[in-house]
Amino acid sequence: MTQRWPYLFIMAALFAGGIATAVFRHDTYRIPYLPGTAQSVWQIEAKVEFEASGDPVQVALTLPPVQAGFTFLEGTAASPGYGSHREQGRAQQLIRWSKRDARGIQTLFYKFEAVEAPDFAPPPADETAPTAESLVWDEPYDTAVASLLASAVPRSADGYTLARELLVLMNTTPVDQNVALLLSEWDPPRLLPRLLRQAGVAARTVTALDLQDRRRRQELRELVQVWDGSGWRLLDPQTDGAERPDNLLLWQTSEPSVLEVIGGTNSRVLFSMINQTRSALSLVSAQSANPLLSLYSLPIEEQSLFKLIMLLPVGALVVVLMRILVGIRTSGTFMPVLIALAFLQTQLVTGLISFLLVVATGLVLRSYLSALNLLLVARIATLVIVVIGIISVVSIVSYRLGLIGGLTITFFPMIILAWTIERMSILWEEEGPKEVLIQGGGSLFVATIAFLLMQQPVVQHLAFNFPELHLCLLALILLVGRYTGYRLTELVRFSGMRGAD
Amino acid sequence: MEWITPRRLKRLGMLGMNCRNVEYISRFNDRRNYPLVDDKLQTKLLAEEYGVAVPNLQHVIRTQREVAAVQARLRLTERFVVKPAHGSGGKGILVIIGRDQETDELIRSNGERITWIDLRRHMSNVVSGLYSLGGRTDQAIVEDLVIADPIFEAVSYEGVPDIRLILFMGYPVMGMLRLATRASDGKANLHQGAIGVGLDIATGRSIAAVQNNRIVTTHPDTNAPLDHLQVPNWERLLHLAAGCYDMTDLGYLGADIVLDRERGPLLLELNARPGLTIQVTNQKGLRPRLAHIESLGRRSAVAEDRVSYAMTHFGHQSNQEQAELFE
Repeated sequence: MTQRWPYLFIMAALFAGGIATAVFRHDTYRIPYLPGTAQSVWQIEAKVEFEASGDPVQVALTLPPVQAGFTFLEGTAASPGYGSHREQGRAQQLIRWSKRDARGIQTLFYKFEAVEAPDFAPPPADETAPTAESLVWDEPYDTAVASLLASAVPRSADGYTLARELLVLMNTTPVDQNVALLLSEWDPPRLLPRLLRQAGVAARTVTALDLQDRRRRQELRELVQVWDGSGWRLLDPQTDGAERPDNLLLWQTSEPSVLEVIGGTNSRVLFSMINQTRSALSLVSAQSANPLLSLYSLPIEEQSLFKLIMLLPVGALVVVLMRILVGIRTSGTFMPVLIALAFLQTQLVTGLISFLLVVATGLVLRSYLSALNLLLVARIATLVIVVIGIISVVSIVSYRLGLIGGLTITFFPMIILAWTIERMSILWEEEGPKEVLIQGGGSLFVATIAFLLMQQPVVQHLAFNFPELHLCLLALILLVGRYTGYRLTELVRFSGMRGAD
Repeated sequence: MEWITPRRLKRLGMLGMNCRNVEYISRFNDRRNYPLVDDKLQTKLLAEEYGVAVPNLQHVIRTQREVAAVQARLRLTERFVVKPAHGSGGKGILVIIGRDQETDELIRSNGERITWIDLRRHMSNVVSGLYSLGGRTDQAIVEDLVIADPIFEAVSYEGVPDIRLILFMGYPVMGMLRLATRASDGKANLHQGAIGVGLDIATGRSIAAVQNNRIVTTHPDTNAPLDHLQVPNWERLLHLAAGCYDMTDLGYLGADIVLDRERGPLLLELNARPGLTIQVTNQKGLRPRLAHIESLGRRSAVAEDRVSYAMTHFGHQSNQEQAELFE
């Protein structure tokens, strides 16, 4: 073959292209390779309450920062009478509500979803190591701090271990005098960063939300982050400084407070949340950052249509393999694929029985039609009507008998059935019932194989969610299209050559 | 079930369906020329133009109107054959061998009597495309009935035996005599159970006989032995076939030829996708011969030269071929 290498190169390119695109889309858009992968989703609702004094009102609620372990879906700020928009604050995104004239108790809601993504890490921020500016302490705190640090620093190696040491001291009972003095002025989450900064270690107080299923009116909790030279590490000053606990959503990491209200008093923010388990796929379609050419961007109805259409190439591959490698004869090249599609709706046994029923009845009626001396088009048209009649009768009878399965017979493409009957009938007249059995049986066999493959959830999932994999099918079909070896059936067909030398 | 290993088939140089389609039909048969052989009417007109002997064309029925008027046109014709211009595999061919004078019924080759209405229905089916590929509207050809040379009467059950020749670049590379059986309903179609008898390209003598892919030695209906058959006028027949290449320009071609009692070999139809069972009847694979022709530096443009070349090189006993066994 003259053009063998370019041809093989194109095959390989198609194949690699398909696989690479699939891997890329899996990594980028988090489309799962397998169906039924579930992900845990937190629906979180922040409820802002305050008392408005009758002046123009502005409320700013800080939104959680991009962080490891979670991805966020677009939220809604539903609050009647208020204008709202998202904006980039100094360090974090925030949502800002505004109203010209408000009086009395006001309640604002912000709802969003956080998807647990254990392997998600935000792109490393170009965060330079923060500097720890020293603080000025008044007496008598100055002495207390100095004495605390004097006992903790020698027992530590770096900022993080120093923080752990300080926490041990702060949580020891009986309470150390110096600690007691300092705690009377500052809460532990506030005190610890101050102590650390005094020792030259960058640290800050952050607020976080404990995610617990079906909790309501939950408040934010203050925690401490310590810079360990390469990133922030979280410490819980209430305990003696365990690592970051599970289900903890960082809310605010920089100075300004979580909630700012202008034109109101007694403001507070409370959270309620529920946890859901949702298929990873439904989340993909919910994520707005989807690529331009995506089937998910279609309306749901069209999507379900495409779920079927995308299975056609799989059936086509089966037909190609069966015809070229095995050599099975079918009636109509791709009719088996259409039958297999119908089987998807009816299930295999019901489908096979109803198909045979319709075709057999049709053949009997067709033998009468052939005596009527009709023109071909009229005969096919008659058969279409006959097929519809048979299908109606089968449906009604099976419904009366309580066999709901019989109703799915309507999924067979009527025109295809009519043509099948016509061809089978001619085949019967021309080449005898044997050929009808060979071709009809071949068609049903190939249809069954195609159905069994197309019915696999994995196949359905991959075909729809990774349409690029069809490039691999294409490569395979093109490859088989150049196969010049013997068909399996030819080994029998040419068996008369055994005596030849 | 009897079967043979692919390695053995390869060693014998057997041409498989996939290989035929990819390496020969798609490479040597220009799709543009297919209508010349798929349309029997075109083939016939072309053959007349090139002086290739064919059964005489009587009428062409193109429309349903003409179907209605057919009785008047065929009134005086005793014997005729109706075939669809786009038929394949012998489908839709109706052979009328006489007339029942009392009932005015037509007598088919298998003795069945049909009425003029039956004939019109058949023609109507043909014209509306029942037998044509893809169901396109078609034409019904009415032509002279071939009176078969009686030489093969003993080995044929009804029907007219015909000779299939495979031509590659105009060289006859393999031949086979096809005999109708009761199972094939008087048709010389191997798929329907007709017998194929391999013919030696050098002499026109029989090699082996195959029915339903199995080797047979006698005709199942007449019990006549199938060895030692000899096709008369063999060289003339090869010339006729070799000329078909010039008129169609199809590199890989099957020619079906009948032996008429009076007119000798007549071209019946051409086939751009000839079947592969011919290899079993010859007990030889096609590939060595095809490769041989392909490797020829200069191929002759004269049909006679090609025939004599094939007769010297592709004879069944020829040792030359063995030396060039296809690997």
